[in-house]
Amino acid sequence: MGIRINRGYLAIGFAAVFLVGCASDKSDTDTMEDGPGDETQTMTDNTDSSDSMAQPEVVMPAEPEIRNGDIWVPETPNSQSLMALSGVFYFDFDQAIVKRAGHSELNKHASVLASDGALRLRLQGHADERGTREYNLALGERRANAVRAYLVAQGASRTQVEVISYGEEKPADAGHSERAWAMNRRVEFSYR
Amino acid sequence: MKLIKCAGIVIAFVLQVSLVQQVAAELRIEVTEGLDDAVKVAVVPFVWEGRRPLPENLSEIIDADLRLSGRFETTPVDQMLSLPASASEVFPRDWKLLQVEYIIIGRIQAQSDRIQLRFELFNVPRQAVDITQTIEGSIDELRDMAHYASDVIFENLTGIEGAFSTRIMYVTATGPLDDRSFQLNIADADGHRIKTVLQSREPILSATWAPDGNRIAYQSFEKDSRPAIYIADLTTGARQQITDFEGLNGAPAFSPDGKSLAMVLSKDGSPDIYVLDIETRRLRRITRHYGIDTEPSWTPDGKAIIFTSSRGGKPQIYQMTLRDLSIERLTFEGDYNAKASILPDGSGIIMVHRREGIYHIALFDMNRGRISVLTETSLDESPSIAPNGSMLIYATQVNNNGILAAVSVDSRVKFNLPSSEGDVREPAWSPKKRMTFTPISQ
Repeated sequence: MGIRINRGYLAIGFAAVFLVGCASDKSDTDTMEDGPGDETQTMTDNTDSSDSMAQPEVVMPAEPEIRNGDIWVPETPNSQSLMALSGVFYFDFDQAIVKRAGHSELNKHASVLASDGALRLRLQGHADERGTREYNLALGERRANAVRAYLVAQGASRTQVEVISYGEEKPADAGHSERAWAMNRRVEFSYR
Repeated sequence: MKLIKCAGIVIAFVLQVSLVQQVAAELRIEVTEGLDDAVKVAVVPFVWEGRRPLPENLSEIIDADLRLSGRFETTPVDQMLSLPASASEVFPRDWKLLQVEYIIIGRIQAQSDRIQLRFELFNVPRQAVDITQTIEGSIDELRDMAHYASDVIFENLTGIEGAFSTRIMYVTATGPLDDRSFQLNIADADGHRIKTVLQSREPILSATWAPDGNRIAYQSFEKDSRPAIYIADLTTGARQQITDFEGLNGAPAFSPDGKSLAMVLSKDGSPDIYVLDIETRRLRRITRHYGIDTEPSWTPDGKAIIFTSSRGGKPQIYQMTLRDLSIERLTFEGDYNAKASILPDGSGIIMVHRREGIYHIALFDMNRGRISVLTETSLDESPSIAPNGSMLIYATQVNNNGILAAVSVDSRVKFNLPSSEGDVREPAWSPKKRMTFTPISQ
């Protein structure tokens, strides 16, 4: 979790640096002053290591790794440290629509899959306990299929992604509340 | 990714592991709602004419059967004023005082290595014997003999075929969520004699009986956690993997002649109903819709299949005639009707029905087109009808635990079968009696 938050922060930082760069080109920094000034400053300082990039030793970026079904990818394109991509995506009641909030993380999964055709992913579809077991198996499959379709649309190959539905048989939360049900309506990623 | 044609893949499976049996959770019947006008009966302790005590108390088993059916009030032995061993010893006034209407009297004898039970049903108001029967069995069949007697008495008094000799198959899940163990069990209808027929770390579901009561089919995730349908033979212990398709492989249902298996596969895109000829392995796709089609169940004549479909937007019950594959929608009331099965007389459908967000077991009256809710609990599912068509068993949640419960089709009798351990779900009532006896002519 910590790593993921960290990465989000870094991404904002880079975007800010990029914006500053553009702004200075246009030599009109007034509008930028209203932006996330402090953060931009500190991040600019931190990433002011362009000198080290110029040094001769070539640092090889880390390769994606599968650990316990999760995929770990370089924190940044050239980073040596890895971070796990989120492998759980949640759904609304009786729905199999991939939520917009998950798109950016799914895009990262798609690009890892697209860049390494040997990667194999199993999507495990799940439902909450309400309704009948067989219907929920179908619902879990719908959800995993929706995620697969999204990944394929973003560049993954269909043959890389297998779908298995467990319906309501493998809850993540054993409770019987709205909160537990929300945790159980999900698709889990398992890289192999 | 195809039908597994090789009948040679027969894996012996655990029919009765003693270790497993020791830990198998007990089921105990608790009547939650009985008839207000329950008939008062008395099961007098049976006379045993042998020397060593019998391993089972037959009169106690019959007493429990009748009491737990919810239709009878039995009489505690310590209230009985006399303990007749035959109809000729009955003093009717002893029983009229207690307002007992029927007395069950029995005598057990040993005939070399066989046990003979003679039981009588004495009608107090008429002061006459309604039934006398003598049956014979082995020492291992004492419970079967008692359940047989309960069935005979129950049918005589209610006009409904008894279900005390039938069995219940169900799934138990034990252990924490990240380390679950699943068992497929078969118990007598009174919760005794539990046998574990299958154990797995992966879910087991949709277990169903063949009409002969000797085979079962179920879905599990045994090979690399992928779903498949299996058929197991309970007498030989052999089992066969039937399907290995991409996608769903589930909801098996034997046809009334036992020759075909309806199932749900999603190999062609969306969940559809298929019918497999078990002998020839010919597979026929019978529904074709982008919606969810699932939970097939045969009509008693085997000419049609009812199923759940989301083709109208929400799950409803449809009927498909196999001859011409014509489809008719059966339910319109409510926005969630699923997992339907037809009563043996074809008069109605038992199903899961959602009302105000709560999932109940309901009866859909085919003639009047009306739905009546049979259960008051929530999260009710997996109803299964007894072969006599008068009771059904289902799964529900009580105190955050999955338990089995039963209700009569007229909803007047209700009882729970709480388990001593684990989550119990997906009951399936056996279509046949475990054992039956032929009365010996006197």
